Amino acid sequence: MLLRDVKFEEKWLPGNAACPGCGLSLGLRLLTKAIEKPVVVIPASCASVVQGAWPKSSASFPLLNIAMAGAGAAASGIANAYEMLGKEGTVVAWAGDGGTADIGLQALSGAAERGENIIFVMYDNEAYMNTGIQRSSSTPHGAWTTTTPEGKREFKKDVAAIMLVHNLEYVATASVSYPVDFIEKLKKAEAHKGTKFIQLYSPCPPGWRLDASKTIEVGKLAVETGAWILYEYENGKLTISPISSRFREKKARRPLIDYLSLQGRFAGISQQDIAKLEAEIDRKWEFLSKFE
Amino acid sequence: MAVSVMTGSRSVATAVKLAKPEVIAAYPVTPQTEIVEDIATFIKNKELNAKFIKVDSEHSAMSALIGASSAGARTFTATASQGLMYMAEVVHWAAHARLPIVMAVATRALASPWSILNDHTDFLVQHSSGWIQIMCENNQEALDTTLQAFKIAEKREVMLPVMVGLDGFILTHTSMPVDVPDPDLIDSFLGKRMAPFALDPDNPLTFGNVVDDKYFMEMRYKMFESMQNAKRVIKEVSEAYAKLTGRSYGLVECYQCDDAEHVIVTMGAASGDAKVAASMLRKEGIKAGVLRLRVIRPFPKEDIVEALANRKTVSIVERDLSAGIGNILAHEIKSALYDAGAKVFVKSFIAGLGGRDILPEDFVNAVKSAASGKKGDEWIRLNLG
Repeated sequence: MLLRDVKFEEKWLPGNAACPGCGLSLGLRLLTKAIEKPVVVIPASCASVVQGAWPKSSASFPLLNIAMAGAGAAASGIANAYEMLGKEGTVVAWAGDGGTADIGLQALSGAAERGENIIFVMYDNEAYMNTGIQRSSSTPHGAWTTTTPEGKREFKKDVAAIMLVHNLEYVATASVSYPVDFIEKLKKAEAHKGTKFIQLYSPCPPGWRLDASKTIEVGKLAVETGAWILYEYENGKLTISPISSRFREKKARRPLIDYLSLQGRFAGISQQDIAKLEAEIDRKWEFLSKFE
Repeated sequence: MAVSVMTGSRSVATAVKLAKPEVIAAYPVTPQTEIVEDIATFIKNKELNAKFIKVDSEHSAMSALIGASSAGARTFTATASQGLMYMAEVVHWAAHARLPIVMAVATRALASPWSILNDHTDFLVQHSSGWIQIMCENNQEALDTTLQAFKIAEKREVMLPVMVGLDGFILTHTSMPVDVPDPDLIDSFLGKRMAPFALDPDNPLTFGNVVDDKYFMEMRYKMFESMQNAKRVIKEVSEAYAKLTGRSYGLVECYQCDDAEHVIVTMGAASGDAKVAASMLRKEGIKAGVLRLRVIRPFPKEDIVEALANRKTVSIVERDLSAGIGNILAHEIKSALYDAGAKVFVKSFIAGLGGRDILPEDFVNAVKSAASGKKGDEWIRLNLG
């Protein structure tokens, strides 16, 4: 698939309330270009707000808002009702990292264990952005947030790996900086049975103290420095996506500082913390190679 | 119709089978478990064609039903006590989203300390959740009310979820003869759910997005109005049901009230003991009656005033507690009587917490205490020794 093959029709309408350079808004737009009949569940997150205020909506697809912990369960309910009522549609939970990695993890794990026929997309902007940039378990080590003024001491929780060991047919990581890759992964997910999970790297310019014109660039740097690894886990086999496989060898990767220096959230980071982040990247590549 | 001897749990599960919901989601919690176990067995035996989502928590149970109901399905769950508390966020959400979900609550005390035994605090602390709340006296009523709940909830002028309360263990685990209506009768009574709005790719609607202060209050007013409508609808549905089964229920039940000078107010299974007490008092020459509260939300203010305003005394006996004030419903009853300008002497009795017995003699003593004019709340069977 090439970019020119992507559907022109827009179901995520312009005029929505997203910030300039918003990663999640771009992600939602791509979702509606990949899936013909999306039925979307959104738990409390930036996505609850950017869709616009009643009586208007930027979603030209059926959309159910739900409480923060409830995305996996509400999506399960819709999928079961659709099956019983003979309705057609692809049920997608579209949750932030808080609504996935933290408060939403239990309902997601429950849905995955039951094999509910849903696609769960974790749009990962690496903090509680909607409430004003508080740290989540998905915030990387060293990053400034309003609740980690000293830089986060802990490391990022690996939710895709958690979903991988749920023995799902399809788990993937993606990035809004690589739209065709994300669309192809959504289409693959749709073709699989049971619960499918995609962790989508979604830059947040205000939250990352990033220039709003740099959303795509920072996402590419994340991949090129090896900090964000694109892969698929399909029917028990893990494959590093071609975009990322070029950066398997450490010497092929760009220096991590190129990625960090674009973002104000890493402005005060120490050499020691950079070293820890580099070691964490190496560990992650090593970890994934065990599943290949 | 066929009379079977069954527990309260089986009565609710049987009603669910007759109502044919498409989606059920539940998490086990004592003393609700037998309801969902029975439903699982009905589905296995192909007596009920439904999806039963065995969720990871009560929060997920209600979230799943919010999804399923928004998609247009008829839905059911059951819970109790800690489960209801854990679910609470989405209990309110379901009502505010105007979804006709039906939930049985097998009432049980709230921890800490742990108690699996009965009281009504779990049920009553949800009284501002926006759910219609109906409390049953016996197993027959649990079956009938569960069936009626679907009809009431799905009415366009109501569109609110319904909570059916039944006393944990006292009803859920006690067998009584129950008349089970013929399935064809119930099919004609309920029909299929017609959802006026649903998640549909051909008619894409957004549900529950942000609403600013320009519209929010109006939405709550509409909900308040629908609750008022529910008073009429509950009676109409009961009349329609009576035509099929011969059994009807009001918002309240007034027992031996005609000439009663002293009325006991209570709800749930203990109402039976209160009725025995009224007869005991009458043998002693004290004209006593019982007002059983059946519908808690919408609050049947008019029926309560009519039943109580012109008595000598009213003894409210509740098995719940709001620490810092006392009984939960007593204040609503007193407020209704005050608004009506009634001069009746009202006394409140806190009883039956965490499974403590309430016997007919307790109601007898309560009425005598009220009749003596002794002011202040009393605790029944409290033993601090």
